[in-house]
Amino acid sequence: MISASLIATAHTLPDPPLPFGVFFISTVVKMVAVFTVYMVGVALLTLAERKISAWIQGRLGPNRVGGKLGLLQPAADGVKNIMKEETLPGHVNKPMFMLAPMLAFIPAMLAWAVIPFGAPWDSRWGRIQMVVADLPVGFLFTLAITSLGVYGIVIAGWASNNKYALLGGLRSTAQMISYEIAMGMSLIPVLLLAGNVTLNQIIDQQASMHTWNVLNLTISFFIFMVAAFAETNRLPFDLPEAESELIAGYHTEYSAMKFSMFPISEYANMATSSALMATLFFGGWDIPFTQQDNTTGVSFFMLLLSIGIFMAKTLFFIFVFIWIRWTLPRFRYDQLMSLGWKFLLPMALAYIVIVASVILVLDYIGLERGFLYGLAMFGVNIVLVFIAFFILDRGRIISPAYGRATPQQIARLRAVTVARSHLSPQSGD
Amino acid sequence: MAINVKVLDRPVGQVSYVRATLKGMAMTFKHMIDPHKVTTQYPEEKETISKRWRGTHRMLTTETGKAKCVACGLCPTVCPANCIKLVPGEDEQGNRYPLVFEIDEFRCIFCGYCQEVCPEEAIHVGRHYENAEYSRDGFVYDLERLVAQTHPVCEMWDPADPKGE
Repeated sequence: MISASLIATAHTLPDPPLPFGVFFISTVVKMVAVFTVYMVGVALLTLAERKISAWIQGRLGPNRVGGKLGLLQPAADGVKNIMKEETLPGHVNKPMFMLAPMLAFIPAMLAWAVIPFGAPWDSRWGRIQMVVADLPVGFLFTLAITSLGVYGIVIAGWASNNKYALLGGLRSTAQMISYEIAMGMSLIPVLLLAGNVTLNQIIDQQASMHTWNVLNLTISFFIFMVAAFAETNRLPFDLPEAESELIAGYHTEYSAMKFSMFPISEYANMATSSALMATLFFGGWDIPFTQQDNTTGVSFFMLLLSIGIFMAKTLFFIFVFIWIRWTLPRFRYDQLMSLGWKFLLPMALAYIVIVASVILVLDYIGLERGFLYGLAMFGVNIVLVFIAFFILDRGRIISPAYGRATPQQIARLRAVTVARSHLSPQSGD
Repeated sequence: MAINVKVLDRPVGQVSYVRATLKGMAMTFKHMIDPHKVTTQYPEEKETISKRWRGTHRMLTTETGKAKCVACGLCPTVCPANCIKLVPGEDEQGNRYPLVFEIDEFRCIFCGYCQEVCPEEAIHVGRHYENAEYSRDGFVYDLERLVAQTHPVCEMWDPADPKGE
């Protein structure tokens, strides 16, 4: 077990800087690798979504192109989308209309620059960090960039000059702003525990405590996950699209490849959020039951293993995204707002206070930041989860968006109904 | 008229969103791993259709390959959609036969009256549903086309055997 002070000193000693050539080549290789894997992954995600939705609904899903699993379906879809006629409606604001799909997609991809995807590799040229840009601001950068994604949607809605598209864009703005706050607040306990915003050091902290943050900070994870669903516009929060109400929401006027940029950016956002969840709460590339942390490098084999672990965790969350989409119906708009402002935000704020107090108490007792520390936090969290999901969650989270009607109000409403049905016999219930 | 809204007292004591969500997720997961899927792989495998299925028509023939139709004119008379065009003719022996027999399958409502009314058991509705054509004209079936059809024909409802067993 490593004490808190030891971790702190370990990180104040930076690795010796790499020679420029090694740095340049390794960065280019990492960029190309991340970009390729990410784009192919996003393409395959569309297939995964179709397959999983089919299985959940008792169907088989695409199986005509590329074998029984339909592995070439994304390629077929891509070819179809590129060959399609692209319409540019006369009433749109052309520059904005063209810009919006790019704006939706680029932030989702940028966020990957700071997510560490593997353990640092002790190569023969020096220690190479497995992250494209090892920014000291870490996830602050991620948060800032992912919230830019809303511009793509809002501009698409506005430039379309179409009331449905505009409504979709407006909804997405309101949704993003509401859930951004809860998301930011849910990450403060992570900072309290890690004492640093660099994602690699958050992974370190989880590895050295032998308990991942999902156990240390369960409620934070829950809030972050819900907010991530809202941020990516996935069901049950897909109000900006809302097929049944808004045709297709912000991308009503789009066609061909510009249209498919929006679904692609949705999947890209999904992958980014999943990677963030895996990193912040499930130990990132940390291989379970090992002592590996950021202070030392690893061999090539361990590097591959850690990358595999990271991908497995990310894929699991992507699966959860898809799974929930095909389970839950869409929220009503007022329910969405009341969940964000009246439930998640107060809960996150209260949780910050609780976690801060617990950390203060545990540090005061002199408990080392290790397994016991994690266990103590876990104990506190079990109690909190029980309170949240078994005592607080009694129709207060979602069901009556504006509070419950009192018995007097109900009696009055019933009386009105009865009186009306007497007046006009046809309209009675 | 104002809307009559039914106001119900919600049983808040038992309501839980998180647990209901988890229950729903368990349900969908169970369906996902269930190997039984309902998809019919259409062009390769086809669903069996009812013996009383009424699809596009077929004219049955005698042993010599001639249409059984005697141009009695009952089917155009009974047809509620007025989709059968029949011009009767007569040969030297005085046998009646159809000079023109056309069915507009777009107009047809597939009631099967023509089959029921036919005294010679000549015209039938078929147990058949794959009817793609390159033009709308292709759906006006003439006598030649009706005779050339080979699909099985509908078994009409029999009062002696109402359940079709």
